Amino acid sequence: MLKNRIIPCLDVKNGRVVKGINFVDLKDAGDPVEQAKIYSDGGADEICFLDITASNENRNTIYDVVKETSKKCFVPLTVGGGVRSVDDINKLLNCGADKVSINTAAVQNPSVVEESSKKFGSQCIVVAIDAKKNGDIWEIFTHGGRKETGINAIEFALKMEKSGAGELLVTSMDKDGTQSGYDTELMKTISEIINIPVIASGGVGTLDHLVDGIKSGASAVLAASIFHYGTYSVNDAKQYLASKDIPVRI
Amino acid sequence: MKVTIVDYNSGNISSVINSFTEVAKSTVNLEVTSDLKKIKYSDKVVLPGQGSFKSCIDALESIKGLTNTLHEFVKINKKPLLGICVGLQMFADVGYEETETKGLGWIPGKVCKIDNQNGNYKLPHIGWNQINIVKDSAIYKDIENNSHMYFVHSYEFVPKDKKVITAVTDYSSKIVCSVEKENIFGTQFHPEKSDKLGLKIIKNFISI
Repeated sequence: MLKNRIIPCLDVKNGRVVKGINFVDLKDAGDPVEQAKIYSDGGADEICFLDITASNENRNTIYDVVKETSKKCFVPLTVGGGVRSVDDINKLLNCGADKVSINTAAVQNPSVVEESSKKFGSQCIVVAIDAKKNGDIWEIFTHGGRKETGINAIEFALKMEKSGAGELLVTSMDKDGTQSGYDTELMKTISEIINIPVIASGGVGTLDHLVDGIKSGASAVLAASIFHYGTYSVNDAKQYLASKDIPVRI
Repeated sequence: MKVTIVDYNSGNISSVINSFTEVAKSTVNLEVTSDLKKIKYSDKVVLPGQGSFKSCIDALESIKGLTNTLHEFVKINKKPLLGICVGLQMFADVGYEETETKGLGWIPGKVCKIDNQNGNYKLPHIGWNQINIVKDSAIYKDIENNSHMYFVHSYEFVPKDKKVITAVTDYSSKIVCSVEKENIFGTQFHPEKSDKLGLKIIKNFISI
């Protein structure tokens, strides 16, 4: 039986781990390679790096981080943040990333998703959707959640599936950093409509939130703070999910 | 011992290289190349594969003499080869991803899309699934039945002769996870991404 995945996410800035609260107010807390290794040894099903390095001159730091991590972690590694072109994707894959997540570029230039999934295979193309409730719809935000686009998140999800995305990483901007749980309504709506796996993200504060995420139809749950600050280990999370009859790899 | 990972522009093979490097340490001479001579004189060959069946076959054929060299390695010299993911799928006679494409024809059968039962099963089949070992295989030495391996694929290999199947996994139907035919080995899952147990499988293959 296919297991539900738990994916700890590490926000990386200038080659160092941080965790954003609502994408601002960052705290520095560690070496990404070591952190990733702790997670993979602890049973993480995948590792996700989100590069939030703002300045162009430091953009290359993520390549070194990915290179070093992929020599030590033998579970899938997803890398996102600042990915603009097919060439950026190629570089990250060559450094040892297994999947690349594309956010702003997918919105601005959807052909990046189409081209890269043809070139490298859908299996390594994750489209990251940052959505915020706006009246009756969820709207896509880009640029780390700072820029609204007027695009309907559900329609965009369908379009990305058609363009060749292998997975969708769906983050609720209303929930991210709040530790009040995923936007389960958003996850449910997207999971029901599309036929590729959904990774739920944004808002985890307790282990019950992970359970809610899976119950809303997501194939995987992503979390940062609860693992990063040691509130729970990945294994705690898995044991808890298993106790709630949710199939996980233990 | 010389082990060669065939580098034929089949997509991202850095994880395969990293995992084999980790296992090989100093005891194995590991090469990553498309050099025909080096492949020919290897003791073992690893054939990775990402992307579509067609793109991998096209990539193999774009390197002059490579398919012949691999045929010779496998069929005449009978040396061990491990195909991973699309690397395994290419053993088939034919694949139906993108368009009908002729495979290497080492193990009779075809590669078709997994039946998602009207959307009941998400595709790609991504994540950790348990392997049900149905037949002893050297690559599963000290691997317990029902161990978890990492999968990512939308197409499955359907061999004509079911006796080549060494493990299956449940996803919509019983999907072939691995095959063995004489000196030819293949895994649909990614041992290079399947943590410690995956590294153990790589070690088992190297030790054959």
